[in-house]
Amino acid sequence: MEGAWVPLLLTLKVAGWATALNLFLGVGVGYLLARKRFWGRELLDAVLTLPMVMPPTVLGYYLLVLVGRRGTIGAWLQSTFGITLIFTWQGAVIAATIVAFPLVFKSARAAFESIDPQLEQAARVLGLREMAVFLRVTLPLAWRGILAGLLLAFARATGEFGATLMVAGSIPGKTQTLSVAVYEAVQAGQDDVANFLVLVTSITCIVVLLTAGRLVPGRVAGQG
Amino acid sequence: MTSTTRVWDVDVERRFEHAGRRFDLQARFATDSTRLALVGASGAGKSQTLKIIAGLTAPDAGHVRLGPRTLLDRRAGIDLPARDRRLGYVFQDYALFPHLTVAQNVTFGLGTGLLNPGRRVDDPRVRRWLDAFELAPLARHYPEQLSGGQRQRTALARALVAEPGALLLDEPFAALDASLRVRLRRELAELLTRVPIPMILITHDEADVENLADEVLRMQDGHVLRDVPEFLPPG
Repeated sequence: MEGAWVPLLLTLKVAGWATALNLFLGVGVGYLLARKRFWGRELLDAVLTLPMVMPPTVLGYYLLVLVGRRGTIGAWLQSTFGITLIFTWQGAVIAATIVAFPLVFKSARAAFESIDPQLEQAARVLGLREMAVFLRVTLPLAWRGILAGLLLAFARATGEFGATLMVAGSIPGKTQTLSVAVYEAVQAGQDDVANFLVLVTSITCIVVLLTAGRLVPGRVAGQG
Repeated sequence: MTSTTRVWDVDVERRFEHAGRRFDLQARFATDSTRLALVGASGAGKSQTLKIIAGLTAPDAGHVRLGPRTLLDRRAGIDLPARDRRLGYVFQDYALFPHLTVAQNVTFGLGTGLLNPGRRVDDPRVRRWLDAFELAPLARHYPEQLSGGQRQRTALARALVAEPGALLLDEPFAALDASLRVRLRRELAELLTRVPIPMILITHDEADVENLADEVLRMQDGHVLRDVPEFLPPG
């Protein structure tokens, strides 16, 4: 039973990194899709949403093809930096990041699109540069929506199984996250370990969802 | 100011295309009026003209001059961004920042760095305008807690505190009920005698024209028609 804490901590580490990466990626892409007009905008949105609807194993296969030892990016990383992502916890972070990414950029896009553009125009007339407009008006007004998306992403990353298993494998103490450990425990007939892990995972997810739920319905003041 | 320098010298063109419909805006006027009213039906191009003057909408061609300052001159390659035009702008629904208090809203334009003014801001310039508009007791309130008239005053204070070179008002009384409109119109008239900066006012209301404007421009289908008799004050 002692060993049950190891996958929990690893899972929190992987989900934490995936969420942090998605803060920058998701907010950046969400802003781009909300504010810039360019050809293929909706197509890009659809392509980036794929990880949410595709089977995680398909996604894991794509990742193997890309970042595996003989993959396009993987071979380059290996020869240039000596970095291998397959069967490492960093590989699990990449899998979790991509799986959770649509939740963040979709929330961010919706949050940015709900802001009255006149508020940003008012800030420009009052003398602000674009970066200041973003940090002082756009981001504070979109923050609730972004945060809700990040919490959902954290929950999704916590529960990630298929893509993680294919990319990072199931090395106890190294890449074996909660969801993978549950699978291994059941396979090995260790029901007490499985029960404990399932309980911990459920509680973690419920806490995250409750927090997210408190953020989402509270609409940004003055919007209505 | 030389005799050839007018208060406003505006000559701009812009073609708008939206959902297969085309709208050609061609706003041309030169005037020495410091209290200009822009009237005309909805969709005549009044708001877009104001936004082009403020630098919020980019015209296809033309120039905008305010006294000796050239804000825009496409041929000379001049196009000051909105932030450098130093114009006070009051939007039709005021566009107050919902996440900032009244005092923070009014202080907003005094610092143009990356951070919003703190909640405990206390700048003498801000206090002066809060007092002038009787907003001091509401300094820590948020826009959603304000009445329509209080919002309008906050928007005016926010526009005036940075001492703009001109004041652009897009139907500033439209969102108010009739009795409040009369009172705020009188307040604005008094304010303009104390703060003598050029003003352009968009309005549908003949009473605004009579009380606030000394020249009227009527817009129709994207063009400026001058001095329409039925809109001129009597006498």
